[in-house]
Amino acid sequence: MTLTIYLVGVGVFVGLILLLSAAILVATRYLANYGTCKVIINDSEEPLEVEGGDTLLATLYGQKIFIPSACGGQGTCGECRVRVLDGGGQILPTELQHIAKPEARAGVRLACQVKVRQDIRIEIPEEYLSVQEFEAEVISAKKLTYDMAEVRFRLIEPDRIDFRAGQYIQIKVPDPDSPDGFVFRAYSISSKPSEHDQVEIVVRQIPGGKGSTYVHHLKVGDKVHLTGPYGKFRLNEDEDCHLLLVGGGAGMAPMKCLITHCLETTPNRPIELYFGARGPKDLFYVEEFEKLSKEHPNFKVLWALSDIQEGEKWDGPTGFIHIHVGKHYNPPEKRQVFLCGPPPMINAVMGVLEEKGLREDEIFYDKF
Amino acid sequence: MSNHVNPLLILVASILTNNILLVYFLGMCSFIAVSKRIDTAAGLGAAVIFVLTFTAPLNWLLDHYFLQDGAMAWLLGKDLASKIHLGIFRLVFFIAVIAAFVQLVELVVERFSPTLYYALGIFLPLITVNCAILGGSLFMVEWKLSFVRSVAYGFGAGAGWALAILLMAGLRKRMRIALVPRGLEGMGITMIVTGVMAMAFMAFNGIIPV
Repeated sequence: MTLTIYLVGVGVFVGLILLLSAAILVATRYLANYGTCKVIINDSEEPLEVEGGDTLLATLYGQKIFIPSACGGQGTCGECRVRVLDGGGQILPTELQHIAKPEARAGVRLACQVKVRQDIRIEIPEEYLSVQEFEAEVISAKKLTYDMAEVRFRLIEPDRIDFRAGQYIQIKVPDPDSPDGFVFRAYSISSKPSEHDQVEIVVRQIPGGKGSTYVHHLKVGDKVHLTGPYGKFRLNEDEDCHLLLVGGGAGMAPMKCLITHCLETTPNRPIELYFGARGPKDLFYVEEFEKLSKEHPNFKVLWALSDIQEGEKWDGPTGFIHIHVGKHYNPPEKRQVFLCGPPPMINAVMGVLEEKGLREDEIFYDKF
Repeated sequence: MSNHVNPLLILVASILTNNILLVYFLGMCSFIAVSKRIDTAAGLGAAVIFVLTFTAPLNWLLDHYFLQDGAMAWLLGKDLASKIHLGIFRLVFFIAVIAAFVQLVELVVERFSPTLYYALGIFLPLITVNCAILGGSLFMVEWKLSFVRSVAYGFGAGAGWALAILLMAGLRKRMRIALVPRGLEGMGITMIVTGVMAMAFMAFNGIIPV
């Protein structure tokens, strides 16, 4: 008797849950089925035929078109901007956090928030179409400081990458919390563009960071998936164009790439590197760059430390990096500037450069 | 409120004298979070009306045919049914029905009215965890309302909640230019204003004898 009562209780509960789930499944089957939709990219003649119902980001990913996205499609990073000309529906409040009103009027949307429900016409930067997904293998992983790691990958399939100095790649990071099982994290490339079969990145360990923890635990022989290259920076390749580089922290990665690339292709080009760090324990690549600047008198390097603890030895420049830029940098006629580092540093350096009369289009920056 | 009251009176009473927010203080979290702007408050209010109007009768059916003591006589016979007391599961059953219903509504709205879907945005899923919705169903059971009265009560309770959040959004719009003592800015003054509004609603108590 008691058993029957238990069984009835459990039966009613299970029955109700099954009924509700079935109702939702049936509704999803018939209501969320949007059939085949056409995606027209940059007014191309051949539209992509895709299954409707998913987000634009995921749909394009399925078509091997890789839109950069650092948050894994949650609408929090604002990286996956595309222009939707037709069929995207109304802009969502989550998108307005990242897209200013005038841009929104021009049709700018976040690809991770737009759902493909009908034929859709979009415009994406031409360079996204050349982005590929690579399978790669770790061939070296070393610690540069207590929280910086340098990891070098050899590309397996496809085995060749063409990128411009200053661009970045994304790493597919396994993430059990994400609905897709992975998220993407973006890192600047620190190796030379002439090394077509390899990619190197420099990553700072962020406590609790998904991407940085993953990268810091990579070992030689591990397989990873990368997409790239991304990034709008275009280096002026003239040998007489002065290049100013200001960086901090993991902002070293694109600097290393730009310096080695320039000294290889245009060995006599004037280059100045200003690099800011907290203490001596945060410095890396010092010997490499000192050696380079001895070989190339046109390459000047300045390291400045802002937060020297008691007992640490340092006889070089101290203070924030923008002060040294202000003191030593004399903008020549032909110039280009690349900044990479934490936002407060970039803002301070931008202020100094503006006072020296540089135009916005001569400065490229990457805040993280 | 009880089962002797005219359904129309129940409707009016649940909006004014027994306002689910201002008298029972249910659904306070979304009330405070979403009452900053009138248009979003109206959107959430409409969604609450809609969901309460349907979940209260749905849960009434569930309660009447399964959960009440002896309710399952139609299925198991009187003897066995009188020994089964599923009433203790009410909370779990009701919340499951509400969650599933909200999910269904979301699918339907997304498909057939994208405009409304975008207008409601995140508020629709938020309703699942709005305690006013669950509270509506539980009161309906406690007062032993009939089916027709539960429909009236569901709609009325939703309308009462929507009225309260709309009033609050209007007040907060005015308060943006008011000089509020610094220690009370934001949440503090909102709580006080809610209390004053609740007291004002107590004045309705004499109108309808329920």
